[in-house]
Amino acid sequence: MESRRNPRAVVDPKVRQVGFFTSSQPDSSSTQQQPDPIAAASASSSSTISPSGNSLSPVMIPPPLHNSSDTFPLRAAAAGAAASAVSPSSFSYSSRRDFPDGSTTASPGRHSRGSFVKSSVPVASSLPGIGMGSMAAAKSSSVPASGLTTVSVVTMPPGLSEKASGMEVQSDQKKPLKEKTTKAERRAIQEAQRAAKAAAKADGGKVPPVTSASVASTSVKAAKPAKATSQKNDVTVAAGAAEKKGGPSEKDRKKDAPHPRMQYDDESRVVKAKRRAVVKQTEAKNRVELFRHLPQYEHGTQLPDLETKFFQLDPMHPAVYKVGLQYLSGDISGGNARCIAMLQAFQEVVKDYSTPPEKSLNRDMTAKISSYVSFLIECRPLSISMGNAIRFVKNRIAKLPITLSESEAKAALQSDIERFINDKIIGADTVIVKHAVTKIRDGDVLLTYGSPTAVEMVLLHAHELRKKFRVLVVDSRPKLEGQLLLRRLIKRGINCTYTHINAISYIMHEVTKVFLGASSVLSNGTVYSRVGTACVAMVANAFRVPVLVCCEAYKFHERVQLDSICSNELGDPNAISKVHGREDINYLDGLTNNANLQFLNLMYDATPSDYISMIITDYGMVPPTSVPVIVREYQKEHLLV
Amino acid sequence: MPDVQSTVVEFVNKLRKRKIEGSQATAKCTVELLRSVISHQRVPHANQAAALIDAVKAVGEQLVAANPVELAVGNVVRRVLHIIREEDLSLTTAAMGGLDLLDASDDDDVDNCKGIGYPAMSAAVVAAAARSTLRPPSLQTLLEGTPESATVPYTSSSGADSESKSKSADKSSLTRKLKHDVIEGVNQLIHEIAGCHEQIAEQAIEHIHQNEVILTLGSSRTVLEFMCAAKEKKRSFRVFVAEGAPRYQGHLLAKELVARGLQTTVITDSAVFAMISRVNMVIIGAHAVMANGGVIGPVGVNMAALAAQKHAVPFVVLAGSHKLCPLYPHNPEVLLNELRSPSELLDFGEFSDCLDFGAGSGSIQVVNPTFDYVPPNLVSLFITDTGGHNPSYMYRLIADYYSADDLVM
Repeated sequence: MESRRNPRAVVDPKVRQVGFFTSSQPDSSSTQQQPDPIAAASASSSSTISPSGNSLSPVMIPPPLHNSSDTFPLRAAAAGAAASAVSPSSFSYSSRRDFPDGSTTASPGRHSRGSFVKSSVPVASSLPGIGMGSMAAAKSSSVPASGLTTVSVVTMPPGLSEKASGMEVQSDQKKPLKEKTTKAERRAIQEAQRAAKAAAKADGGKVPPVTSASVASTSVKAAKPAKATSQKNDVTVAAGAAEKKGGPSEKDRKKDAPHPRMQYDDESRVVKAKRRAVVKQTEAKNRVELFRHLPQYEHGTQLPDLETKFFQLDPMHPAVYKVGLQYLSGDISGGNARCIAMLQAFQEVVKDYSTPPEKSLNRDMTAKISSYVSFLIECRPLSISMGNAIRFVKNRIAKLPITLSESEAKAALQSDIERFINDKIIGADTVIVKHAVTKIRDGDVLLTYGSPTAVEMVLLHAHELRKKFRVLVVDSRPKLEGQLLLRRLIKRGINCTYTHINAISYIMHEVTKVFLGASSVLSNGTVYSRVGTACVAMVANAFRVPVLVCCEAYKFHERVQLDSICSNELGDPNAISKVHGREDINYLDGLTNNANLQFLNLMYDATPSDYISMIITDYGMVPPTSVPVIVREYQKEHLLV
Repeated sequence: MPDVQSTVVEFVNKLRKRKIEGSQATAKCTVELLRSVISHQRVPHANQAAALIDAVKAVGEQLVAANPVELAVGNVVRRVLHIIREEDLSLTTAAMGGLDLLDASDDDDVDNCKGIGYPAMSAAVVAAAARSTLRPPSLQTLLEGTPESATVPYTSSSGADSESKSKSADKSSLTRKLKHDVIEGVNQLIHEIAGCHEQIAEQAIEHIHQNEVILTLGSSRTVLEFMCAAKEKKRSFRVFVAEGAPRYQGHLLAKELVARGLQTTVITDSAVFAMISRVNMVIIGAHAVMANGGVIGPVGVNMAALAAQKHAVPFVVLAGSHKLCPLYPHNPEVLLNELRSPSELLDFGEFSDCLDFGAGSGSIQVVNPTFDYVPPNLVSLFITDTGGHNPSYMYRLIADYYSADDLVM
């Protein structure tokens, strides 16, 4: 609380000047940590996350407390280690950058660093020349920040190679030196530099074993420039944020606005799309009027068509082809599984890629990926999480330095994708589990709907922790995914109750918490998820039961949606008319082609944010109102990792 | 008598085994059974009404115990009891009223069955007496009733009772008269139950407009007739039917609707919330309507009602008068509910491989309720065969059909 109150003084211009003098303070605080061998690792790791963590200024998002320490063990060592080389400087940027933004920033920033929390305050207070240490820390502040950022913007653009990045680090750290610095600070900075070097060395040692799997030690170089660019981008973003009305950021924002989706009731575009299509699809004739804008095809016509075409589709990479077929047949479902399968296919693609003559790798590969993506869309409409992952991949390709050789670029890309899978999906899940488990108490009755992977992990973990609870698995037709979840939970020895969604108000009385998964969280707080989630959340809300949504942050999207109709996915209508395993229910046999009768098999629905108590994500537990903040502040990071 | 007893037992068994589906069918069977009970009941000369009431009550208790969740049984039994009481009273008043009792009482019982009220043929005292014995005091009696007229009816009615006893002892024609009237009244009730669909469907045209989108749930003949009535009047509208897993009654309804040429879309139950924002009206057939205006309907109704409330979509409940239950619900989700077989959700033995009852495996419970309770604040309108009513008015409507003495059976 104190830290929260103090920075408010920043608004006062006089005090700001004070801050000017202690500009390098954040540096020192970070470096103070470095000498400690264990802390060094965590510090550097946390710093990879902190840029964003710190820039959360406008809203106090619950800090990703264990973030660094949690994700780290899980990631490939390479990812973290490579990051750590540059981290001190990037860290200092970010921390400085956010202070001018105002009062609350200081505290979340500090907390987010986890291990720093304790150390940074004492350091600040020990600074000579400034009366109130913590105030000074908070005020280290605006003027240097803007100065710094502009400097960095200037220096960055050319610097794409490793050298340049090193230069940046140095120049950035010298900048504050030119301002009045105390002895202590100077020493701190020296230490920081030393630590940075040490970390860099450590990387040199660590990275090869992992990346060498595909490419030799060149990959170290390959990885580092990537980092440099990412860092650079962070800084430019920061600059944009600091200057607020900066031209480039406005443009960026416009560019970032999501493309309008394909509307399938727009005939000319549909015709165009069909011409391009790989898969011949017969559109379903008997469709629901409200959903003309969504694609709906005769089910079962695509698969044989694709199979016969296997040898004719030479531009298609077999890995992509396989994934596409798996989507089509429904072998792979669930946001994370689909996303990982796609990314792994892309990894294969990158591995087998060779640049055609007279073409640049960046452009050609982007085009290739785009064509693969449109093939995947034909197999099944993309989930939002996949869209985000594709954006990430394309962005990485576009940002590949031209100086890189082909093999280097490929290795860099592969490791980037690998890192996305490990950090953003697998790592994020473990962090979510850690957070969510704290919400489960002995004697709880937890309700879940469908078969969300994140929630399943939470439940299993809580069970491993010997918490005593009961799970209500609510299921719905036609997929009956809940039965799969039920099976897995029971095998692990969890007591379960199984019911269907209609009975939800009957069982809601005994429920203490509702855990739901999500396909995506949109920036108006709407949770876009398996159809029926909204019903469950609504009834839970009516019975005053808290609803917790577990969702990885890479699934967040800046799109907004109010209803479940404007964008959705249509499943196989025949799945509704036929009740699997119940031969006695055959009322609708032979009526499927009746013009008066349609079947609507919606796949998703949009849960309004007022039904949701909390979203558990890898950045902590946030209310749905904080989603746009996360989307805005973390989006850049998603793209660049 | 023995044949009546055997039919009662047979019916009780059917109820126990849940062989009779639907409250209308149950109500019909119950009335017919009660009619035969009444016609076979030997009526003593003295106090015949009480004898009839006892007989009906005895059978009614058995029926209600056989399936306490099927509230229509209890409702119908109470209705019959009410008819007996009213007939008895009207005969009494007619006897008091004058010499031309036969003609007058003939008029009377027709009116009584409709529950309209009493003609002012005898003194206002008699009307007041009728009210005081049969109904909760209405505002009118409270305001109009002067002290002496309020006290007079009591004495007069009790006097009338004894008077009627003495009179009926004399006149054997009166005994036959009562039984005859009661059976007449019960016949009317049968007629009413059979015709409630048409009565309700007649109002459809006032509630369904062109291009309307209607969501419904479960399979109710009332709803089917209601929509078809609007369709026959050249209204074109579309219907979303939630399939109503695990019984899939929605499929049944969809089939019927399509056969009648209505634009029908079957949706999964989970899509109710997603679709409700495009729906103009939710129409539901009730299983029973409680005195507080709460509704017991097919499972999933509460979810639909909540979604409708969220999107300000009118939630309309169709209910024939035999579904109006004079009881106030307590914990209806549990107490007025029934759990069906788990095999509708999970195949038997499907999970036996992961259930070894030894170490380290969890247990499964399967919950498969039949009904759902919708609290009155979620209901926009009731449409009964007497017209449309607010949920808050239901208690008063119900008071017309039942006498307070029969509420506890």
